[in-house]
Amino acid sequence: MAKRTMVLGVIGADVHAVGNQILNYAFTQAGFDVINLGVMVSQEEFIEAAVETDAKAIVVSSLYGHGELDCRGLREKCDEAGLKGILLYVGGNIVVGKQPFEEVEKRFKAMGFDKVFGPGTPPEVTIEALKKDFEQIEARESAQA
Amino acid sequence: MKPVLLIDFGSTYTKTTCVDVASARILGTAQSYTTVETDVGEGLENALRELRAQTGISEFAERYACSSAAGGLRMIASGLVPTLTTEAAKRAALGAGAKVIRTYCYEMTEDDLEEIRALSPDILLLCGGTDGGNRDCIERNAKAVASLKPSFPIVLAGNRAAAGSCRRALEAAGAEVIQCENVMPAFNTLNVAPCQKAIREVFLRRIVSAKGLTKASELISGILMPTPAAVLTALTLFAENFGELAAVDLGGATTDVYSIAKGLPSRAGTVLRGLPEPYAKRTVEGDIGMRYSAHGVADAAGVPRIAAAAETSEAAVEAWLARVRETPGVLAETEEEKAMDFALASLAIETGLTRHSGSIEEVFTPMGLAFQQTGKDLTQVKHLLLTGGALIHTGRAEEMAARAMAAVPPQSLAPREARIILDRHYILSAMGLLSQKYQETAREIMGREFL
Repeated sequence: MAKRTMVLGVIGADVHAVGNQILNYAFTQAGFDVINLGVMVSQEEFIEAAVETDAKAIVVSSLYGHGELDCRGLREKCDEAGLKGILLYVGGNIVVGKQPFEEVEKRFKAMGFDKVFGPGTPPEVTIEALKKDFEQIEARESAQA
Repeated sequence: MKPVLLIDFGSTYTKTTCVDVASARILGTAQSYTTVETDVGEGLENALRELRAQTGISEFAERYACSSAAGGLRMIASGLVPTLTTEAAKRAALGAGAKVIRTYCYEMTEDDLEEIRALSPDILLLCGGTDGGNRDCIERNAKAVASLKPSFPIVLAGNRAAAGSCRRALEAAGAEVIQCENVMPAFNTLNVAPCQKAIREVFLRRIVSAKGLTKASELISGILMPTPAAVLTALTLFAENFGELAAVDLGGATTDVYSIAKGLPSRAGTVLRGLPEPYAKRTVEGDIGMRYSAHGVADAAGVPRIAAAAETSEAAVEAWLARVRETPGVLAETEEEKAMDFALASLAIETGLTRHSGSIEEVFTPMGLAFQQTGKDLTQVKHLLLTGGALIHTGRAEEMAARAMAAVPPQSLAPREARIILDRHYILSAMGLLSQKYQETAREIMGREFL
């Protein structure tokens, strides 16, 4: 089986390093090739890492409430950089204050994210979703070949 | 006594140093104009005649040389993302002592290929993709370069999954290909040593003869490396024994800056950004110099600062800049001209050090203040070593460097309190050559000369 490469990082001016380390560990243990960019990662850094490593997914964390501002335009920039159709996940405390998750999910999906996860999501949930999406990508690629 | 001759073929001067390895002493140094276009042996013979007059020695046990003559080792570096494999390729080439004449990122266009044909580099370094990462870019670029039927050798140091197909495409076009490990095997991991070894082998095998240096080869045991690589070797040996350092080689057209230091953050709570930095790092400022590139210093620092440092008028500075640009051989004669050269040198050191060193910025986050460092932190290095004719012959080099260190901008991580050392006898490249076989002797001589 080919490597399943994904880029991981905490976006914006967010310095929450502990959750990032936990996710890095969990995703690596689950068999993914994790390119972890750590904390305070800009949109450009996510994209550059994905281009160079040929990653199939970008998983964005945000804990400090400003995720909505930080994530805007990421999908468009991916398209521009030739990463058309790359998987975009986002999760954490991604908006200001307490808001109904359905609305938050809708807004981030409208921004171009494939999956949106609320506060306190266990890594297993994200891992399951990633596995399913990677299987689809692999099936599509082998059909093309 | 066992005299060893060390030769540095430069673009304007051939410099020779005679060392007695039995007693670890420098017996003499001499230099002469290089005439590589006509006969490189002539410049060497002139220097040797002067050396003989100084030392009385004309027979040497061994002779070694380094060269930056005829434009140096001219390289093109290419990669995928500008800040990642392209930067890694550039650093690998600079660290190997090359002059990087052009870099390309992403896929090469038809115009790029035309440019490569016109530039006709000594070596083209082809990189792109981490191992198992992107392979389309380097494969397309290899095919594109193959279409040029290149007469120059190509060092291949990209995604290993693509190496085979790239090599076949290039070899089918009759190109010489040297395949080595990826410069960036994993994301943000640098692996420049194998690539630098390959560059050096090509240099020894092909470049030395192409540059007409073989004419002098019966005189020498071997041309070991490009001059900047010799300097980097000497500086690394010095730093390992006497502490971390930065060094500036100020020339007429370019300024080389070196640092032999880990460069990790010296302030707690600092987040490190960007590519990991090499312990022994070299950068070249192509627009900073004392003559051809004096206007570059003015662009970077501003004419008012030059005038203020020289205590003269801006009009006088403008006139001097125009003059050194027209006649780069001109020497400062009047007190005012000397003061302007002093100001130019000091600002050139400041600009070179600032660009080479990292920087730190404050980031205000909802959790409070955080610091973000890009590049190397050189604030803690022990020594600042100065070399290059422009610095050594002024007699006020220490003062220039002290001024430069005092003036670096606050966000810069350039050295501030380093001890200033002057390479008075221009022995750095010679010590790099000597250390290849007589490391202990080179260490002892540098310790005595510089401390």
